[in-house]
Amino acid sequence: MSSTLTIAAQPTPAAIEKLPGRWRRLPVRAKAGAILLGVFVLAAIIGPVVEPYDPSYQNPSQALSMNPPSAAHLLGTTQSGQDVLSQLLTGIRLTLELAVIVGVVATALAVIVGVTAAFLGGVWDELLSLVSNVFLVIPALPLLVILLGYLPRNGQTPVIIVLSVLGWPWGARVIRAQTLAIRNRDFIAAARETGEHTWRILAFEIVPNEVSLIAASFVNTVLYAIGASVLLSFIGLTDLNSWSLGTMLYWAQSQQALQLGAWWWFVPPGLAVALMGTALVLLNTGIDELGNPRLRDATRTSRVAGRRIPPTDPTPVIGDHSQAREPRRAYVAAFLHSFSRSSLLDRGDVQR
Amino acid sequence: MAFLLRRLAFYVVAAWVALTANFFIPRAMPGNAVQAILDKFPALQPSAYKALEAMLGVGHPGSLLHQYWAYLVNVGHFNFGTDVSQYPSSVSTVLGEAIPWTLTLVGTATVIAFLLGTLLGILAGWRYGGWLDGMLPGLMFLQAIPYFFLALILIELLGVKAHVFPVAQGYSGGLIPGWHWAFIGSAVYHSLLPALTIVLTSVAGWMLQMRNVMITTVGEDYVIAAQAKGLHNRRVIFTYAARNALLPQLQGFGLALGFVVSGALVMEIVFSYPGIGLLLLSAVTSDDYPMMQAIFLLITFAVLLANLIVDVIIVVADPRARAAEATR
Repeated sequence: MSSTLTIAAQPTPAAIEKLPGRWRRLPVRAKAGAILLGVFVLAAIIGPVVEPYDPSYQNPSQALSMNPPSAAHLLGTTQSGQDVLSQLLTGIRLTLELAVIVGVVATALAVIVGVTAAFLGGVWDELLSLVSNVFLVIPALPLLVILLGYLPRNGQTPVIIVLSVLGWPWGARVIRAQTLAIRNRDFIAAARETGEHTWRILAFEIVPNEVSLIAASFVNTVLYAIGASVLLSFIGLTDLNSWSLGTMLYWAQSQQALQLGAWWWFVPPGLAVALMGTALVLLNTGIDELGNPRLRDATRTSRVAGRRIPPTDPTPVIGDHSQAREPRRAYVAAFLHSFSRSSLLDRGDVQR
Repeated sequence: MAFLLRRLAFYVVAAWVALTANFFIPRAMPGNAVQAILDKFPALQPSAYKALEAMLGVGHPGSLLHQYWAYLVNVGHFNFGTDVSQYPSSVSTVLGEAIPWTLTLVGTATVIAFLLGTLLGILAGWRYGGWLDGMLPGLMFLQAIPYFFLALILIELLGVKAHVFPVAQGYSGGLIPGWHWAFIGSAVYHSLLPALTIVLTSVAGWMLQMRNVMITTVGEDYVIAAQAKGLHNRRVIFTYAARNALLPQLQGFGLALGFVVSGALVMEIVFSYPGIGLLLLSAVTSDDYPMMQAIFLLITFAVLLANLIVDVIIVVADPRARAAEATR
């Protein structure tokens, strides 16, 4: 048992050479985003170990209320003498935890719906598209607010459920478009000819070809979950006894931290959210640049008349599924499709 | 026309989904919303109780189908029941007072942010790799800051410390709302900082999207051909490249409206601006369920209507769409 483990763990020389090379080839923005995000993930993991105090511990001594940063409290204390640094570390952990769970669940739903819709095609495709379009067009925040208004407020579970349920349509839409573009390629036809099962084609031919898109969709969903959960906590719609970054901001605001000049209480949680968001956006533009060569590093492009010309690329742009779509549809599917906005642009008789 | 009619049908379906969700949510949720209301406001009038019955399914108001029908009829007559927290006035009246504030401020700020962001995106995409393009990471950071956080800090710096802008409310206290200059001036003055914060936080999103589409358009042969012909740069940028890059941007505008509206709700909460968002917050904190549901429906319908308008603009702006319409 142990011997097999050591053999498996022994990296081949090629793999060692490969890894730094891959890292070097990543776009600068993606690297910056990954490093910044790594710092937060690290803070979340080591948080419980290095936390100097219990985040909810209220120091009864009046002298410790709203202390500016000092050696004992690196980020100062709150109105009731709680340590801000400990709250911040817990907040980062809980917020990241929530966002990652929502990201995984919502992205999984998006992949299932998107791939199924595109692969089944016909009526099912149009029906699923219709459902996700309806969910896309209904504004999310008011719906979140009324849902959470009715749910009991204990722990993060209600927020996770509600955010996951409402977070998939965008990803499903993008993944569906990409699947439509892939499903008519030759290698899929070849796989089908060799008698592969449909589920095998889906899992081993289609989904691996969409990894960068799924990753981007995951990052976007995490971003949405962080933003939405912080906002909902700030409004006071979540469990105010669990120390997420949004709850910290809620208490700081309701105790008038800014008006009393306690910037060390109000600024760190907001800054943490902003930096996490920036890291994710950077990571996402990096993934975009990997997938779409036209967006890549401007220094590699040619200059014409003082203007940079981006490299032309024959890869079809995502979302441009007009050519991939088969020209004729079943009657019901065509009827359903005619209600979508894209129906206007991909009619066979209109030349692009 | 056929396309627009079909889009209209789609929005009707979306509206029906929202209406139905709004009907079932209070009935399906754990915990008893109705009991919470009755505990809080024990002295409800019989008429108010009846409205609650229809909206939330209090007591035994008949079969589910019957309730659903009564609910649809009520919504059709803009009768959202009595506002339980501001007791004698009806939900519709309270909403009616709040709508103009939100519509004016949020509408103006959103359109400004969209136009400004699109223009900046055109320039950044054209001078790809230039200084404007290099500012994007900074703008991304600005966008990643939670909106309310940035707004609160700006209020503290520009309102409380520097006294440049008023801190909160929609107009100075003591003024009576009406069409006279003192009030309008005060309202405009109070709207400057909220509008500024909305523009500041949303401009980067429009800019990034436009820039990305612009970059792919700028690489097209016809744009290079136009430049090779010696056309003026301004003409190439706006008439050749930007015009085609604008369509995805417009479609994105329709889809992003929901988010924009959500951001605006938070703005009102932060600035205590007397619009829909503040109303929603107070409804949530006081368990005023009829008000919450009415606001949800109102916002959803507004977003659907705005989307329909975007569809009309797309049909007018896109020659392909016009051609498709003509051949129908």
